[in-house]
This record gives sequence, C-alpha cells and structure tokens, in this order.
Amino acid sequence: MKLYNRGIILAGIVVFLILASGPFWYGRGRAVSPPDLKLDTPAIEQLKEKLCVEPAPYMRANHMRLLNDWRDSVVREGKRTYTAADGKVYKISLTGTCLECHSNKEQFCDRCHDYAGAKPACWDCHIIPEEVR
Amino acid sequence: MAPTRREFLKIAGVSAAGLVLPPLASVFAGAQAGMPAAGGVAPTGSDPRSALTAKRWGMVIDTRKCRSGCTDCIDACHIAHNVPNFGNPKDEIRWIGTEKMAHVFPAETHPRIPESIKSLPIPVFCNHCENPPCVRVCPTQATFQRADGIVMMDYHRCIGCRFCMAACPYGSRSMNFRDPRPFIPKIDPAFPTRTKGVVEKCNFCEERLAQGILPACVIACSEKALSFGDLEDPGSDVRRVLDGKFSLRRRQELGTGPQIYYIL
Amino acid sequence: MLEKALKGSRGYGIWVAFLLLLTGIGFFFYWKQLDYGLGITGMSRDVSWGLYIAQFTFLVGFAASAVMLVMPYYLHDFKEFGKITILGEFLAVSAVIMCVTFVTIDLGRPDRVANLLLHPSPRSVLFWDIIVLSGYLLINIVTGWTVLESEKKGVPPPAWVKPIIYISIPWAISIHTVTAFIYAGLPGRGFWLTAIMAPRFLASAFASGPALLILFCLILKRFTKFDAGEKAIQTLSKIVAYALAVSIFFVLVELFTAFYSQIPGHTSHLTYLFWGLEGHNMIANWMRVSALTAVAAFILLIIPKARTREPILALACGLTFLSLWIEKGLGLVITGFIPSPLEAITDYIPTGPEIAISVGIWALGLLLITVFYKIFVAVRTET
Repeated sequence: MKLYNRGIILAGIVVFLILASGPFWYGRGRAVSPPDLKLDTPAIEQLKEKLCVEPAPYMRANHMRLLNDWRDSVVREGKRTYTAADGKVYKISLTGTCLECHSNKEQFCDRCHDYAGAKPACWDCHIIPEEVR
Repeated sequence: MAPTRREFLKIAGVSAAGLVLPPLASVFAGAQAGMPAAGGVAPTGSDPRSALTAKRWGMVIDTRKCRSGCTDCIDACHIAHNVPNFGNPKDEIRWIGTEKMAHVFPAETHPRIPESIKSLPIPVFCNHCENPPCVRVCPTQATFQRADGIVMMDYHRCIGCRFCMAACPYGSRSMNFRDPRPFIPKIDPAFPTRTKGVVEKCNFCEERLAQGILPACVIACSEKALSFGDLEDPGSDVRRVLDGKFSLRRRQELGTGPQIYYIL
Repeated sequence: MLEKALKGSRGYGIWVAFLLLLTGIGFFFYWKQLDYGLGITGMSRDVSWGLYIAQFTFLVGFAASAVMLVMPYYLHDFKEFGKITILGEFLAVSAVIMCVTFVTIDLGRPDRVANLLLHPSPRSVLFWDIIVLSGYLLINIVTGWTVLESEKKGVPPPAWVKPIIYISIPWAISIHTVTAFIYAGLPGRGFWLTAIMAPRFLASAFASGPALLILFCLILKRFTKFDAGEKAIQTLSKIVAYALAVSIFFVLVELFTAFYSQIPGHTSHLTYLFWGLEGHNMIANWMRVSALTAVAAFILLIIPKARTREPILALACGLTFLSLWIEKGLGLVITGFIPSPLEAITDYIPTGPEIAISVGIWALGLLLITVFYKIFVAVRTET
C-alpha cells in the first residue's frame, strides 16, 4: 500500500497529537492537592446539631441540583419555602438561608469550586452581604 | 442518573432531629411597615404566612396628584431593585419613567386638552398585561405570566435576544447593554443585580408582596397617587378608586389588556 | 471532495487569505463585544435591534436562490438550470450559516443559547424560525453535496434525493414566511404590522438571491473554465426582473395604504424611512439611493438589449443587490423602532466594532461560497 502525501499526513497527525495532548503537558508536575477546608463559622458553631437543610453527604453531592430547584421554585412558581425530608420548613434564599450559616463563602464555596474547576454564575447577580460597597 | 432527594434519604435512613437553621419565626418577621389596610390583599395560608396574594394584581395612578419634577416613586423602585444609572439614554435601564401625555396616550391627546393636563408627568411602568405580547414571543419562556397576573422575568434563563423589547408596545423593557454593577449607586444586598446581556423590567415588587409589603413605588409616593391591589376583589383599594372615576389604559386598542389604570 | 478546495491558483490563495483576515478581524471585535456587552454596538433602549438582525433578515433572502433554480429544473424540467442548481444550493447553505451566525452574535447571553432547546417555546416565532432555518440548511447541504458527489463519480444521483429536493421547495417559502412573521405579528409596531410582510420578503428574496447568483456565474465564467450558459443566465435575469417589479409594487402598496388612510401610527414610520422626521434623515438618504437603484435596475433588466449584454447585466444585478440590501439590511428593521412606542426618535448609527463584526461574518460567508464553488468548478471541469 502506498501512502500519498506522506509528509503532509504525518505532519498533520503530529500536530493533532500535540494539540490533543496539550492540556496534559500543560498540567504536568502541577498536581494540586485538595483544599484543606475550614468550614465552621460562628453561626454553625452555635448550632446544637450541625445539620444543613439536608444531610451533608446529600448536600455535597446534590447542592447544585437543590439550588437549581430552589431557584425555579421561587422565580417561576412563587414558592418560597422548602420542606426538608425531615419535615422542617426553610425559607428559600441563597444569601439569606444558605449564607446565614455558611458566611465564609470564600472557604465554603470558592475553594472547592476552584479546585474542581466549577464556575457557578450565582454571584454575577446575587450579592454576598459583606461585599456590598 | 443521580438519586432524587427522597430516594437518597431512604437509603441513608436519616432521622429527623432538632431544628437547625434559624427558626421560621425570625425568618418571617419581615412584614414591616406597609401592611395594607385595604381589602384584596388578605394573607393566605400556603406560602409565607404574611404574603400578599391576589387573583389579579393591578395599579391605579391618579396623575392629578403627581407633582411635576417629583421622582420619589422612581427613586424608591430603582434603589430597591439595584437598577443601574448609566447617565446616558443609549444604555438607559428603567423600571419606571415619566413621560408627557402626548407620548403615553397619543390617541387620547388632542389640541384642546388643557396645558395643565398635557404637561403632567405621567409615570409609566410595565403594564403587566393580561395578554402580554412579550410572553408570547419569548423563545425560552424567560418571561412568563404568573397566575396572579404579574409578568415576570427569569433572569437565569434570558438569552438576551430582545424579541420582547420589539414586542412590547409600551417601551417598558430595558436591555443590559453593559455590566450594570459598576453603575448601581448603592447596592442593596436584599435584591440581586442583573448581568450584562439580559433584559429587565418592573416586577410589581413580587419579592416584597411575598413578604407582605406593598410595592416600593406605592409606599414612596407621599401624595398617595398610586393605589395597588386585587382587581378581582370589589373591596380592594384599586377597585374603590376605579369605581368612582373615569380611567384610561395605555393603547387599549391593541388588546394587550394593561393592568395599570390612569386617572387624568 | 473537500481536498479540491486546498489547491488553487495564486489569486485564489490571496482571495482566501483576504477573507480569512476579515473574518479574523470580525472575530477579534466579537471577542471585545463579549467582554463589554452589546453596548459596543450602536443599539439602544429605543432601537434594540440593529445591523446584526437586519443582516440576518436580508440574508434569509439569499437562501431563496436555491428554490428559484430547483423549481424550474425539477418541477418544470427546465434543463438549462441543471448545470447550476448546485450553485444555488451552496449559496443557500452559506446564506443560512451567515443568518445563524448573525442571530447568535446578536444575543446578549450567547452562553445560554442552549436554552432555546432546553425550554422550547412553540408560541414564539423565533422557535419556528430556528426549526425552518436549520431544516433548510440540512436539506441543502444533503442535496447539494450528494448530487455533486454523484456527478464526480459519473453516476445519476440516488433516488432518495428527489423527495428531499421536492420538500426543499415549500421549505424555502417557509423560511421567508416565518422570518417575516417575526416582525409582522407584533402589536404596537405599526411599520411591521402588515399582512404583506411575508409576500414582500418572498419578492425581494427572489430578486436579490438570483441577482447574486448571476453575478457569481459571471465571475466564474470570467475567472474559471465553468460557463453556466447564456440561456440559464438570461432566464435568471428575467426572474430577477419580475421579482424586483413585484417587490417595488409591494412597497408602493404599503405607501398607498399608509398615506391615503393617513393614520399617524402608519405614516410616521414611512415618513421617517423615506423623508426623515424632525431632521433625522440618515436612513432617508439611504432609502432614496435604494429607490433610485431599484428603478434603474428594473429598467436595465426589462430591456432585452440591455440585459443580454453581460457588463450591463452585471451592473443591473449589482444595483438590485444594493437596493435590496439597503431596504432589508438597513431600513426594514431599524425603522420599525422609529418612532418608539413612546414617540421618541432615536437615531441608530452602527459603531466601528459592530460594522467590523458584520463584515467579518460576510467574509466568512463569502469564504464558504468560495470554497464550495471551488470544489464545484473542480468537479465540473475535471470530469
């Protein structure tokens, strides 16, 4: 079998391989260890039982889904309370309910999001209470 | 597929115990000044206990009470909703504005109307139409109509195509042509800002109604020119005003059914 | 077949490089726009659609070039168009790609464009426009490419292409109709609220699309070995003449309705468009050019002695193109917003970045056309 335009084809393959593997070369030797998180805030320390609106493992895995549901519930259905699985009722509010306890947004939200490369757009509109000019 | 909340909890077998987050009583202690005395805004049982609800929200504006040069309602609204001030008409964003009668009621204006009426500053809002063209044209349902008649914007969903701005026959909508945050005089953390690239407008203060407070513009008006309430309730503020006076709606002939009524 | 686009003369290389440069400049300014927001354009609260949406509206017209060849050839067995139907289809493909690009860069939040599919809204005309445009794109890519590939192999096109080609005819009508409905169904915009909006779109499309196609055929004849044939080009020029006549007639009909009834909501926009309002007459100056060029092009096209001479035909087609570009790509969209619902007259002047982005997309479209036509000519002249 004869390969026509061998030079061009091989050069193309090399360029492709370099580009496709680029991110790996770029990130080589830059292993980042998971952030060491301090999640306690004064508000949380005062709680008798340290429990979020739902159990921590569920929140860890599904907070983004829960927040999306909350968002649609308030904006589109006008429903502003959330009944947790244990029957307790919470006011749906990102800056009110969530940040009331988790007042350390930088520790609590940003460090994991940065580590995971997640870029939630919440704060483009919602305002972190302490950051108000 | 991720497990739903209930499935997860079944597996985890989590028990319900002790109240954790701020008790509800404090959360809903938000009903401050502004609880209306008028009917039609009776608290209901479902959502937050003190929320104001209605079958169809509406507003009456007695423009005869408006003082020329007064911007109290505009200022209150724009502060409450973090509306930016770009200082130029091109990028302008406004939820409330004032216009001359000839511009608001072109079909009702004629040369023999006294100058005192023609020069009235007429406040213009989103009309929260019964049959809103903006909702019809929106390709993502980012703007939609609630059961109580409020025409809402979902700023999380808007793609900024501006079809709604072309469809609105009242010029009630504004586009964030630039990042609004640097142009907000003083940010109120209680209400989100918007991002560049989305369309925005008056929301009849639905966030305040949910807390049992009347719209910011209604409370801000020292002349009580604005009345707000349930148009379906014969005992409401708005109905009482409308029953006694001749009123107009903007561009009635278009069939949009505005829910803002004017007394001139 | 794509490899045929890679080899070409020196002139071809320079032309492609030039178009790539313009596209690159457009991309640079789009990147700026993403950063700054749509405020980088001349659009404002009052005139909230501008050059981008106007270009989209105009370019939908080009997509019609295909149907004006496909219909005579496949339905009426007009053999002379057999040689060039593929050119029409490729022009349609490029035009629709430009349309979609213009709509996308006009979005305030292009990062959320998927919301169109995640939250489909059948009550919105834009929803249907997306469906008909993407459908038309697909139809023309499939038919154009398949027919050309069969030609290259020297076999008749497969039987399954025929039904798709037949579907493309009503589908072409639908893209103009639905695009016109974006405007024609809005209360309170008197200028657009007219039942002949869709017919007007069709008429101007059937003039501007084939006019551009004639220009391309003349260019191909001059610079390549491909000749579309005298009869095909002359028939196309007659189509342009008739469509242009209907297009002019429709505008006159609009003028009569507005100015004989004298309803201010209808006259004010047209007054602005053709004469200017309160000293704002930038668009009016352009529209006078449009009116004059339309009449001049029409005269040149109806005189057989004139239109059979290639330079004059080229001139007539150029004038048709210019006239309809001003009418659809400038006047139609902007004038709908002036005066505004609150009776404000706000001038709209496109900014430099806005023009650069628009030119960039035009260059991208021309690049696609160039590549498609290069492949076409290569297949035609080599087999």
